[in-house]
Amino acid sequence: MVRATGEAQIVLEARGLTRAFTGVVALRDVDFALRVGEVHAVMGQNGAGKSTLIKVLTGVYPPDRGELRLNGEVIAPASPAAAQRLGISTVYQEVNLCPNLSVAENIFAGRYPRRSAAGLWRIHWARMNADARTLLARLHLDIDVTRLLSSYSVAVQQMVAIARALSVSARVLVLDEPTSSLDEEEVRRLFEVVRRLRDEGMAILFVTHFLDQMYAVSDRITVLRNGERVGEYLKDELPPAALIRAMVGRELGAAAARQRQDAAVPAAKEAPALQASGFGRRGTLHPVDVSLRRGEVVGVGGLLGSGRTELARLLFALERHDSGELRLAGHPVQLTNPVQAIRHRMAMCPEDRKVEGIVGELSLRENLVLALQARLGLRRFLRPGKQAEIAQRFVQLLGIKAADLDAPIARLSGGNQQKAVLGRWLATEPEILILDEPTRGIDVAAKQEVMNEILQLARQGLAVLFISSEMDEVVRVSDRIVVLRDRRKVGELPGDSSEQAVFHLIAAGT
Amino acid sequence: MPPALRTLAQHRLFWPAVTLVLVLVVNATFNTGFWQLQWRDGHLYGSLIDILNRAAPLAVVALGMTLVIATRGIDISVGAVVAIAAATAALLIGGDLVVKNGVQSYVSRTPMGLAIVAALAVSALCGLWNGLLVAKVGMQPIIATLILMVAGRGVAQLITNGQIITVYYAPYFFIGNGFLLGLPFAVFIAAAVWLALHLLMTRTALGLFIQAIGINPAAARLAGLPERLITVCVYVFCGFAAGVAGLIVSSNVKSADGNNAGLLLELDAILAVTLGGTLLTGGRFSLAGSVLGALIIQTLTSTIYSIGVPPEINLVVKAAVVFVVMLLQSAEFRAALGVWVRRRAPDGVTP
Repeated sequence: MVRATGEAQIVLEARGLTRAFTGVVALRDVDFALRVGEVHAVMGQNGAGKSTLIKVLTGVYPPDRGELRLNGEVIAPASPAAAQRLGISTVYQEVNLCPNLSVAENIFAGRYPRRSAAGLWRIHWARMNADARTLLARLHLDIDVTRLLSSYSVAVQQMVAIARALSVSARVLVLDEPTSSLDEEEVRRLFEVVRRLRDEGMAILFVTHFLDQMYAVSDRITVLRNGERVGEYLKDELPPAALIRAMVGRELGAAAARQRQDAAVPAAKEAPALQASGFGRRGTLHPVDVSLRRGEVVGVGGLLGSGRTELARLLFALERHDSGELRLAGHPVQLTNPVQAIRHRMAMCPEDRKVEGIVGELSLRENLVLALQARLGLRRFLRPGKQAEIAQRFVQLLGIKAADLDAPIARLSGGNQQKAVLGRWLATEPEILILDEPTRGIDVAAKQEVMNEILQLARQGLAVLFISSEMDEVVRVSDRIVVLRDRRKVGELPGDSSEQAVFHLIAAGT
Repeated sequence: MPPALRTLAQHRLFWPAVTLVLVLVVNATFNTGFWQLQWRDGHLYGSLIDILNRAAPLAVVALGMTLVIATRGIDISVGAVVAIAAATAALLIGGDLVVKNGVQSYVSRTPMGLAIVAALAVSALCGLWNGLLVAKVGMQPIIATLILMVAGRGVAQLITNGQIITVYYAPYFFIGNGFLLGLPFAVFIAAAVWLALHLLMTRTALGLFIQAIGINPAAARLAGLPERLITVCVYVFCGFAAGVAGLIVSSNVKSADGNNAGLLLELDAILAVTLGGTLLTGGRFSLAGSVLGALIIQTLTSTIYSIGVPPEINLVVKAAVVFVVMLLQSAEFRAALGVWVRRRAPDGVTP
């Protein structure tokens, strides 16, 4: 990959990296080069090998084959700490600092400056705090470094993590999904810091799911697909359409938009599958009116904290409502727990699939039949053979990629886990499906597949409540859009509204 | 390693079984005649039978404990519940030898069946208390059951009025001392408890539900599992199992001692579960493993007595052996040991 002359010097280089996990090849013969003073993005779908590449580069796993060179010398870091000593620092997706220590302690954890022998090697607090302040000043952050880390926002904690990485005089900084929990302003500030560090000559490896962010900050892009390198490109050589093509390996099917028009037209005379009126809970959600008809996808538009998830949890009786009433197919019901909701043929895919969705150590097969078995009860036990039969059906239906039905589900990629949670509910043959962020944290192609699946289900007569923080998805699949703001409903829009219309309503709503 | 052997070595019961065999072999080398079984008066006698008999109450408690641990819980009150059950049964039976018209007969204070049912009911009630504290009140299992661990001894003392109650009622002795088909009756009790649980786990969805709750309670609840109900039931069963063990123990020693019946049994039970390959973090569990664990512990105890370790240091010896056994059962430790051995090997090979 020799490019134009005047190419910056390569700091970190990987050649022919190969790494397999119990027979599944996660990386196959991957080359990668990171240069001084660049922000280099690694892009790929879930399961493309991004995380494995980063983990091999930062010493979490040794490669099965291939070599790493730092400034031309072969290195083999045995642990992240060893990589850090060599100058490769990593800031992970979830901030992994200690919330109960001060900012300065976090930055210097394990390397506290000491006083001299005369000072009995006591910790030199004054120096530590001063050094911490200097480091943070480099990131244009002026905060009290003696306060507990937990008293600051996630964005500040992220900066502290970066400061910690800088404090070991890193030459290579790896940012693994650093923006997943930041708002726009925070992302902008983070990127300022990233650009400043780049201009100072730092080599930065940046991983994200967000295309717009990647384009905003990177100089160069390496694309991975199925564990192999597709290519290395300068940002300007690779417009979004070409990038997605490279990641997916094919053209995305024409967007789901307008597909909903073939959906079964809801019979207006029929009582709605779900009708909530004045439905709310003090301190959680102001009373709202929501109705869902068979064959209809109702989107919920709103920003983070607008009450989207709260609405889903109240409807599914994970929390009790204290005002209003709920009618299912015209009959008033009092649901006090999810078991009852499920008995009324409701189903819900939760927002956080790791926390409330998958049961990690159980197999894909067991995960797929869990809700069905819960509905059947203890005694009508599905034998393993029957379970496998059901699981196989949903693996095929949803295109879940898994080598072994009996392997723990935690080993699957995020998109496949999400499909499994969806499949778990489809196995119960629900009539009302509540989807809270069904496309979060999964790659572009899987998102598309999940959304197509949702439209397909609606066409078969399901009533779907679709919640997503990605407004383009909401407007694309919904027949109607309920707009929430500040934990109350501010209006309802027809499905063919534009994103702007939804945002306008959010902005105008009072 | 041939593939068949490798598959065998990967079986989850492989290491517990190997450990048991090792402990048995060590025992046999110190104790000639260890393997011998004798047929006397229609009963089998021998060290092995003795170990089976003595391991029975521990195995029953460990089976109950396995389910609790699988739901991410722990029940440290089982020893106290054993004492309560023993005290209840002993008090209700009491018993006397009556000679009427030249015929000797035993008379109990209340019918033995009723006494047994009452003792088991009281134990299940203890389990219910624990279960409600954990599932409804939301206490940490170790704290919730600590309450009954401490208070339970007091309850047992109250029942026995601070005395050791002796039972004079021969039919009751059958539970802990009787023989059926040549084997100790207690072994049949333990086997029955295991079989009942095994059937529950393989013929109903209970095993799946318990594992799901242990691995991810939030997801289990959302998937519609009656998570709290199952948790409560698991603690009730654990209490019940401790009650069964209490009957065996009190029948065996023909008395009930509120202070010492089932003392530290909770620790042996937790140990048995762990030795059997069930992780304290919950989720996947093995009933057969826990039974093996109970057998390992009982064999170990017998070994320590039979090789003549002085009583004052036998707990230390036991602790040391358990420590080694735990290390050997850890896959990480075995891997580290393998690396170390391989690294050392070249030095040893030089002529």
